[in-house]
Amino acid sequence: MSNQGVATDGTSSKAGEVKISEESKSLQGGKKLSVLIVDDDQLIQMMHVALVKASGVDAEILIAENGEVAVDLCRSGKSFDLILMDKHMPIMDGVRATRELRKMGVKSMIIGVTACSMDYEVKPFIEAGLNECYQKPLDPEMTKSILAKLSKGN
Amino acid sequence: MSGFHGHSQPPAMAVLDQLLRQYVEYMESLRRESILDDQFTQLQKLQDESNPDFIDEVITLFFQDSERLICSMGTALAKRNVDYKQVDDDVHQLKGSSSSIGAARVKNLCVFFRDCCEAKNLEKCYRCLQEVQQECVLLKNKLNTLFMLQKQIVAAGGSIPVD
Repeated sequence: MSNQGVATDGTSSKAGEVKISEESKSLQGGKKLSVLIVDDDQLIQMMHVALVKASGVDAEILIAENGEVAVDLCRSGKSFDLILMDKHMPIMDGVRATRELRKMGVKSMIIGVTACSMDYEVKPFIEAGLNECYQKPLDPEMTKSILAKLSKGN
Repeated sequence: MSGFHGHSQPPAMAVLDQLLRQYVEYMESLRRESILDDQFTQLQKLQDESNPDFIDEVITLFFQDSERLICSMGTALAKRNVDYKQVDDDVHQLKGSSSSIGAARVKNLCVFFRDCCEAKNLEKCYRCLQEVQQECVLLKNKLNTLFMLQKQIVAAGGSIPVD
C-alpha cells in the first residue's frame, strides 16, 4: 500500500483507499494531532472528520476504508496519536486490524466505534487491544472526552 | 409605516416569527414521533461557515446508502437459500448510519430486523424490510418539509434555531 496520488492540500485521494481531509482549524498551539479514521461507511467518515474538526483540535486527519488499509499505513511507517476504528468492515474488520496493529507494536490510542451493542459482540473487539469502545453514534461530548484523555496521556 | 403602531411587529418580523414557531413545533413533533432524536441536533451543530453544506451532504449520502442497502436486502431475501448473514450485515450498516443521523425509528426497526435475521424468520424479515422502506420514505418527506422551512426562515432574514 502506498500513499501515491494523495495530495498534501487534503482534497484528492487514491481511489478507494486513503483520503486526507483538510486540516482542521488551529488551536492554541502545541503538537498537531495525527488522527486515523477507519470506517468503510462514507457517512460515518464524514461525521467523524466533522467531529474531530469541531472539537477545535489542530489535527491532520486520514481516512482508511478498511482495517487492511489502516494496517498497511502503519506498516509503511505512518504513526497516529488516535485511531477511530469501526468493527464491521470488509477485507479486514476492526477486531483483526486492532489485533494486528498491537502485534506490530503500535502504541496509538485505538478507540473502537461500533453500532454493536451486545456484550458478546463488543468483548472480542476490546480484547483485541482497544483503549476504549464507544457505541455509534459518536457525539461532540464523546469526541472531546477522547481527545482530552489523549492530551493527558501525551 | 402603515400598519405599524408601535406595539405590533412589522409584517416581515411577524412572518419570520411565525416561520420560527412553525419550525420549532415541527421539530418537536418529529422528536415526539421519534422520527428524529437528539443526534440530529448534534448533526446540525456540526454545520458551520467552514462546512455550510454538511447536513445536506450527510442526508443525501444516507438516502443513497439506505436505498442501496434496502435493495441488497431485498435481493438477498428473494434467493432460494437466503443468506441471513448478508441481510444482517446490511441491516447492521443501516442501523449504524441511521443512528448517526438521528433517524430513531429507522434505527429501532433495524434492531428488531436483526433479531428476525438471527431467528432466520423469512416472513418477519420481509415485513421488516417493508417497514424500513416505508420509514425511510416517511423520513425523507419529513426532512424535505424541515429543510423547506429552514430555507423560508433564511429567506425571511432569520437563522435556524438549534437547541
